[in-house]
Order: sequence, then C-alpha cells, then structure tokens
Amino acid sequence: MIHWNSFSDFLAMGGYGFYVWGSFGVTALIMTIEPIMVSRNRKTTIARLKRQLRAESRAENRNTAE
Amino acid sequence: MKDRFNLYRFASPATFYPLAGAMIPYFAAVSVVFGLAGLYLGMLVAPTDFQQGEGYRIIFIHVPASWMSMFIYLVMAFWAAIGLAFNTRLSGMMAQALAPTGALMAFLSLWTGALWGKPMWGTWWVWDARLTSELILLFLYIGYMALTAAIDDARRADKAGGLLLLVGVVNIPIIYFSVKWWNTLHQGSSVNLTKSSMAETMLWGMLLMAMCFWMYSIAVAFMRVRTIMLERERNTDWVKTLLAGDKI
Amino acid sequence: MFKIITAVIGRDLKLAMRRQADIVSALFFFVIVVSLFPLGVGPEPDLLRKLAPGVLWVAALLATMLSLPRLFADDYRDGTLEQLALAPHPLGLVVTGKVIAHWLVSGLPLALIAPVLGIQFDLSADALIVLTIAILIGTPALSGIGAIGAALTLGLRGGGVLLSLLVLPLYIPVLIFGAGAVDATVTGLGGEGHLSLLAALTFAALGFAPWASAAALKIALE
Repeated sequence: MIHWNSFSDFLAMGGYGFYVWGSFGVTALIMTIEPIMVSRNRKTTIARLKRQLRAESRAENRNTAE
Repeated sequence: MKDRFNLYRFASPATFYPLAGAMIPYFAAVSVVFGLAGLYLGMLVAPTDFQQGEGYRIIFIHVPASWMSMFIYLVMAFWAAIGLAFNTRLSGMMAQALAPTGALMAFLSLWTGALWGKPMWGTWWVWDARLTSELILLFLYIGYMALTAAIDDARRADKAGGLLLLVGVVNIPIIYFSVKWWNTLHQGSSVNLTKSSMAETMLWGMLLMAMCFWMYSIAVAFMRVRTIMLERERNTDWVKTLLAGDKI
Repeated sequence: MFKIITAVIGRDLKLAMRRQADIVSALFFFVIVVSLFPLGVGPEPDLLRKLAPGVLWVAALLATMLSLPRLFADDYRDGTLEQLALAPHPLGLVVTGKVIAHWLVSGLPLALIAPVLGIQFDLSADALIVLTIAILIGTPALSGIGAIGAALTLGLRGGGVLLSLLVLPLYIPVLIFGAGAVDATVTGLGGEGHLSLLAALTFAALGFAPWASAAALKIALE
C-alpha cells in the first residue's frame, strides 16, 4: 500500500524534497505557533482583566469606607 | 414563557462563551484525525503524478489553504453583513477572530504556490490572474486587521471593518473564476461537484486535508473569539464572575 | 436629484479653488515621482518605454491617494459633514457630487499632464493617446473607490497610511487594465478591450462606491 520503498526516498520526494518539505514545514510551523500565540494572548488578557478588577474593587472599597 | 430551545440564545456572548469553550477540544481532535488520515493517504499512499513527479504533493497543503483563505473571507463577510443588519455584537467579534487565521491561510496559499511553481514552471511568482487576486486577498485581510486595530471604539471598528469586508468580497468570485476567465499560467480546476480528473487517493487526500484545515480554523477562531469576548464584555456580570472564580 | 449633485460639485469646486496649493502640489508630486524613474533606472529608451505605462499609472494612483483625505476631512472637522448627513437628501448623492468634484481637480489634471510626461519615456503618439484616455476613464474609479477608504478612516490617527493600505488593493484592477491598455497599444494588440473593462470598472465604482462611502460616513459619524 505504501508508495515509498525507503525512508530516504520519502525524504527526497523524487528530487522535490526542498519544495515539498519547505511547504509542509512552514505549514506545520504556522499551525503550531498560531494556537500557541492565541493561547498566550488569552492568558495575558485574563491576567490583565483580573488585575483591573482587583484595582477597581479596591477603589470601590476605599470609597464606600469613607 | 414557553420553554423552547431557541438557537438565538447563542447570539449572546454570555451563552456562546461556554459553548465555544466546550467545542474547541472536539474541533481540534477532529482536525488532527482528518490531518493524519489525509497525510497518510496523500503522502504515503498516493501514487506519483505522471507529469509532475513527487512535487505535486504540495497540493495537499496548497489547495486546502487556498480554499480556506477564500472560505474564511466569505464567512467573515457573512458575519459582517449580519452585524451591520442586526447590530449584533457577537458577529463583529467573530469576524475579527477569523481574520488572522484567514490571512495566514492566504499567506500559506501563496507560499506553497511559489514552492510548487518554482520546480514546475521555473519561476517563484508570475502575475497571472489567480495569483494576483490571491495576493489582493492577503492585502484585503491585512487592511481589515489594520483598520479594526486603528479604531478604538469596538462597535465602530466592527461596522467599519464589516463594510470594508463587504466591499472586498467581490474579489472572491474573481479568484475562483479567474482560471476560467483568463487563460494564463495557473492550471484550471480539477475538482468539480460532479467529477474530478485526479486519481482517487489524491482526491481523497486533498479533501481530508481540506477538512483538517477547516476544523483547525474553527478551533482557532473559537479560541480567539473567547478572548475577544472577555476583553469586550469585561464590565458585564458574567465576565466579572468568571474572572473572580477559577474556572474561566 | 441632479440639483443636489451639481450643488455639491459647485460647493466643493469653490472650496478647492480657495486652496489651489493643494491641487497643484498633488500634480507636482505626480510629475516628480514620474521623473524619478528615469533617474533611477537609467536613460535607456527601450527600458523606459516598457516601464512607462506602469510608472505613470502607479504615480497617478499615489497622487490620487495623496488628495483623498481632503475629500471628507475638512467638512468633518468643522461639522459640515454632520449637517450634510442629517439633511433630508440622500448622503449617497452628496458623496457622488464630492467624488465628481474630486475627480475634476485631481484625476482630470493628471490625465492632461500624463501625455506630456509620457514623452519623457519616448512613448509613441498612439500610446500617448491611449494613455490619456485610459487615465481619463480610470481616475473617476480611483476617486470613487478612494472615497470609501476616506470615509472608513475618517478622523483616525495614522489616517493617510491606513487609507493607502485599504485602498491600494482595491485599486489594483484599475491599474492592471489601465496600464494594460497602453501596453497592448504599444505591442500592437490594441487597447480597446482593456479600455472597455476600465470603463466598466468606472461605471461600477461610480454606481456603488458613493453608497458604500455614505454608509461608512454614517458609521464614522455615530
């Protein structure tokens, strides 16, 4: 079923290895980095919003205490 | 009040947030399954192409990326139209969440196209109708992201961006039909709804990879929209409750 | 309907005449940019002749874009735009008038100067004629499409550059057919096809762009 005779044949891609793996490589890179960046952005946003929430509630407490 | 299941409930960010969060792992998993199946068929099983040798295998990235770049833009334009017509908040957020993924797909289409073109046609780039309109699509994505980033008021950003999307949507049929209208370099379509001129394994490999890209795009867009929702709706009770607790 | 358009054209032209420096500097920009190319790529006539359509068109695009912010910015700043939006007549007609007025003071002069500059590039008489016609037909589309960009970026910081980023991709078809018409004339194929498509683009742009711009203005004015 498998088309290739050996792993090195698979890597060589009949001479087109640079182009094929250049494509698949960049794709894999993008499809790993994108979710990671989205996830990191989410964490920083949540941290920032939590900080703002705490700062606001502290300000409120100060106002109601006076 | 009748207790009917109303789909419009999910137009509210508060309801859609947990739903999207629950669905992300499933879309991601399905994407991986499709990807593995598609790569197995495409890279390990599919035969060598008679004319193009092994280099044709780039098709398993190039075509899905191109399809997604156009499809995502159409979806964004759809949500833009909904947002402009019904003044809904979530549609604007969804359009903004999709944009970066769509732009990356357009870039990937151009990148893999260049890597395919160099060995096949002898050139990294040619100014034929399809390549040029795909490049324009990338510019349209970037313009949309620049415009929405430049506007501070979120609602104005949504609407202005939405209008821009609708103005540019005419580019999509141009990309799609360009190979039929202009007889230049890029090959004609090999996949129609009824027949195709490719070998079975190649076709299935391509379709499976297309599904993989589609599920991936949904998963990433849902991730992004959840962050956008938290940011935009930060003054609402539901967000404050979420932030105060541990389960966000 | 036409009364509104002509009234707006009259007003905008009158205002433009008070600020002739703006118009003239855009024209000078066009002349300078076009003249930079022979200095940059060398004086070889064959090369210049081949470059000429593209260079002239790109310079025309850039010169048009320089004058686009003026379309709505002044009226926005002093509140006139809001009044125009609130008035009973359709904002789309007002924008149509503004676009035509803009073309009269930016696109039309460009079309008139272009053949003179084309001589620098050793273009044949046929090519010069087609060039002039092409710029004449194509620049209204540039004004129309540019109005959409100007309306979307109204009042935003970084407005000019952002405007270019939004509008240039939409200008590309005009560029392709406009320069293509001159190229086709030079190579002997005849530019009629390109000119027809260019005319179609202009009609489509003038038909739709004012309404898209009006919608964008309403968004910006909220």
